[in-house]
Amino acid sequence: MPAALEVEAKGMRTSQFDVHRIREDFPILKQQVHGRPLVYLDSAATSQKPQVVIDAIKDYYSEQNANVHRGVHYLSQLATREYEDARVKIQRFINAAETHEIIYTRGATEGINLVAQSYGRKFVHEGDEIIISAMEHHSNIVPWQMLCEQNRAKLRVIPINDDGELLIEEFARMLNRNVKMVAVTHLSNALGTIVPVKRIIELAHSQDVPVLLDGAQAAPHLKVDVRELDCDFYAFSGHKMCGPTGIGVLYGKSHWLESMPPVLGGGDMISSVTFEKTTYNVLPYKFEAGTPNIEGAIGLGVAVDYLSEIGLDLIAAYEHELLEYGTEIISAIPGVKIIGTAQEKAGVLSFTVDGVHPHDVGTILDDQGIAIRAGHHCAQPVMKRFNVPATARASLAFYNTKQEIDALAEGLQKVIEVLS
Amino acid sequence: MDRIAELYTEVINFHGSKPRNFKKLETANRQQEGVNPLCGDHVTLYLEMEGDRIKDVGFQGTGCRISTASASMMTTAIKGKSKEDAKELFDEFHKLIKGQLPLDPDQHHLGHIATAFSNIANRPERVKCAILSWRTMRAALEGETEAVTTEDEHRQD
Repeated sequence: MPAALEVEAKGMRTSQFDVHRIREDFPILKQQVHGRPLVYLDSAATSQKPQVVIDAIKDYYSEQNANVHRGVHYLSQLATREYEDARVKIQRFINAAETHEIIYTRGATEGINLVAQSYGRKFVHEGDEIIISAMEHHSNIVPWQMLCEQNRAKLRVIPINDDGELLIEEFARMLNRNVKMVAVTHLSNALGTIVPVKRIIELAHSQDVPVLLDGAQAAPHLKVDVRELDCDFYAFSGHKMCGPTGIGVLYGKSHWLESMPPVLGGGDMISSVTFEKTTYNVLPYKFEAGTPNIEGAIGLGVAVDYLSEIGLDLIAAYEHELLEYGTEIISAIPGVKIIGTAQEKAGVLSFTVDGVHPHDVGTILDDQGIAIRAGHHCAQPVMKRFNVPATARASLAFYNTKQEIDALAEGLQKVIEVLS
Repeated sequence: MDRIAELYTEVINFHGSKPRNFKKLETANRQQEGVNPLCGDHVTLYLEMEGDRIKDVGFQGTGCRISTASASMMTTAIKGKSKEDAKELFDEFHKLIKGQLPLDPDQHHLGHIATAFSNIANRPERVKCAILSWRTMRAALEGETEAVTTEDEHRQD
């Protein structure tokens, strides 16, 4: 349990974590569903939002709304400042060296597509190779497949073992001079595996290969330090980390972003335009064509402040405690099998119930007010690897309680009762 | 009756756990795939057509209780029927799960299928499960070659 040990070493204990006070910050958690208290265990799909984020969006539209980077008038300046201040907050949140290394996107998916298309156009040629892993979300598979098809490059896949752990030795053997990018998840959405990305980055860098990390799941649950990791790109989504939907971030090292062509053309991404030639704007604006999601960026800035105030170390330690508790009581239910049993794991409980399809599990739990995800979790190759059509997935956040995991266990008893 | 018992009726549980006609039909002269990309469910439907009549039918695949029960009951309903009668059953079933079918048994030909699946209309998230095998059957009758997908059930048009 390195996360917990680390936290204790810093003098923090999860006993300091007052989950009931935290829950007060989330208005949605107070509601009843089908006459039962809502038990929200689907935060890997999207997190709930604290009141401060909801207020920030409301305040923006009530008091600050104007287009950014355009007007000389008061409101435009106000909106621009809020929008750019949020970028600084996000920069600090992931410890990026420069503010202009923070590119606003619609989410992790757009960030990965941006790198695949922009970096790919310039640096990936016929016969080159892109390496991904066997536990990627479709958003870190399909953009690379599209690139490989366009540029006649080859997609290669790092295998995983039966626990859902990446085979590092295999990866080391796959590296060669034709590899132009390694793109892997930091934390698997379907299995909960925390990938040893630091080791992957060291190995890739030893062969001068850049690394993109899909941080959609990791950013809300682990302390991310892009300089310590030394990753070249890091993509994540606002809505999975208490922020609004439709906003996300692509971090990229300056020198890469400088050398990459823009993907979308339009307003805000130019310095000057004539019909003969357009000069592109500086970073980060070169990659931000069109009027952006202003309220999303401001909301995300407030969300990262909110998370930082609680502390990602403490969040990770508390969630780890929940995961261990959940793993123990869920796997003790006869017929329930947990898929994804990596040594290093974060708050995802993916499981199957003997003789019961995950969709039916989801429906019967829903009837008891319990929200989980049932399906392939946008990771069909992972399902295939474990030879299941789908799984049920309970995913945890720092606003969940042990009582909610007890409710899940009771709910599963009812599932078995009704359907077997 | 609680909401769960209304959905997982005895008939659905019976057909969903012990489906009829769950076999690869060696004598089939038509075969059609259907997928529900949302959950990864898939069905392979086999028809043995004798002229315009469905002489025999079988299916294989993986799915939830609702989709398995639906496939099982669909196959028992169309066996021996003409192509036109089977298509009419499809239209009635589609109306049923959209909540648009008069439940009076004299006004449709679905028999106990209508009773078993009448609650699906209140559960839009399970409509795709119920319709998958039916849409696969219609595609097979119309001689389509592409796999059927249920994704467009989300559309409002």
